[in-house]
Amino acid sequence: MDIELMINSFPKLLNATLITLKLLSVSLILGLFIGLGFAILRMNNNKLINKFAYGYSYIFRGTPLLVQIFIIYFGLGQIEYLRTTFLWVVFKEPYWCAIIAFSLNTGAYTSEILRSAFQTIKPGYLEAGRSLGIPSKIIFTKIQIPIAIKQSLPAYGNEIILMLKGTSLASTVTLMDLTGVAKYIISTTFKPVEVFIVAGGIYLFMTFIIHNVIKYLEKKYGFQT
Amino acid sequence: MELLYFGDKGWGDELFFATLMTIAVSITAMIIGFLFAAIFTPLKLSSNKFLNTIGNAYTTVIRGVPELLVIYLFFFGGSGAIMFVASIFGYNDYIEINAFLTGSFSIGIISGAYSTEVFRGALQSIDKGQFEAAKVLGFNKYIYFLKIILPQMLRLAIPNLSNVWQITLKDTSLISVTGLVEIMRQSYIAAGSTRDPLFFYSFAAVLYLMLTFLSMQLLNRLETKYSKGY
Repeated sequence: MDIELMINSFPKLLNATLITLKLLSVSLILGLFIGLGFAILRMNNNKLINKFAYGYSYIFRGTPLLVQIFIIYFGLGQIEYLRTTFLWVVFKEPYWCAIIAFSLNTGAYTSEILRSAFQTIKPGYLEAGRSLGIPSKIIFTKIQIPIAIKQSLPAYGNEIILMLKGTSLASTVTLMDLTGVAKYIISTTFKPVEVFIVAGGIYLFMTFIIHNVIKYLEKKYGFQT
Repeated sequence: MELLYFGDKGWGDELFFATLMTIAVSITAMIIGFLFAAIFTPLKLSSNKFLNTIGNAYTTVIRGVPELLVIYLFFFGGSGAIMFVASIFGYNDYIEINAFLTGSFSIGIISGAYSTEVFRGALQSIDKGQFEAAKVLGFNKYIYFLKIILPQMLRLAIPNLSNVWQITLKDTSLISVTGLVEIMRQSYIAAGSTRDPLFFYSFAAVLYLMLTFLSMQLLNRLETKYSKGY
């Protein structure tokens, strides 16, 4: 055990954790909007729209995240047309490519979580709302969304943790996140166990925090439905 | 389309064998995972506090740490650990472990943590009366486990195990970083030499989709078979 290396690498890894957290939070926020959008499309009665939303989530859940990042980072740069548009500013940066891939990926999972949450809402609530003459927009924002949030919290907590682990793939497109820096230190010192303990400890600490925050929220919003 | 021709002209045959490699690694990893689950599920259910902590530590650490980090640990640490063991027995040469073994072992450990959770959940949701009835009727241990507990456990576990299979299959893409030529690595090589990454990575995505689709069909059939009596 090389304790000195562990102590020396800790600040470097902690610094890299900031990038991991940035990637995680930005892609979770974007993914939540994407997920909500596709969940609404999934509940649409139009078959074509429905199929489209299902296809989206099927493709992103059926392929590895690594492929998705590679297609966006290496693949899209190949399209000549894209290079001439303003979008190129976004797609030439590995940081934004990683965020796009993560957001689309977590969006697909989130849309499934939200869809099943919306579908488990008892029809009685909606009927009660309608018979009280509440406009359907308010039924959606004040009745359906709060219940759906409560229903989907446990599953969404898992998704946040999966996404935290997913951000490690950013290191494959040259980003120096926690895993990227850990790999760099391992490959220069050849002390994998020590670095794994420190980096893994930081990841476990973050999982622990997320787990407990979700637990707290579940308790707070745990009204009976 | 020419890029996919078999033989020297295209990458068809290479990608075909890479797909077989992905399947082989996934199955090996799944089996290694079952072995880990067979060890750690009893530990997790054990009433001994020490054993229980070991079981919980395994599933918590592996499920809380990114797969890529676990792979790096075994990729960079694997041969070191084996050389250390070998040096105890007086063998001091450099030992290089096969990428297939390191890959399937690291993915296996990850998939084992998920399988452990699945088996634990399944065992816990079997009705207690079943265990008691089997004991009261005086079945020997072999029949008790294989004929009474296992079939009931499998029925409850198979739907979740097919999720674990999906996760494992997708995780194998990560061992491309160790140089094992599976779908991702082969696409990377092909994309590099033809300068057509968009095509090859999209094709890799199609291959993975095909694999997940086909395996779901098979697993659904298995699921109906095991839930026949219900």
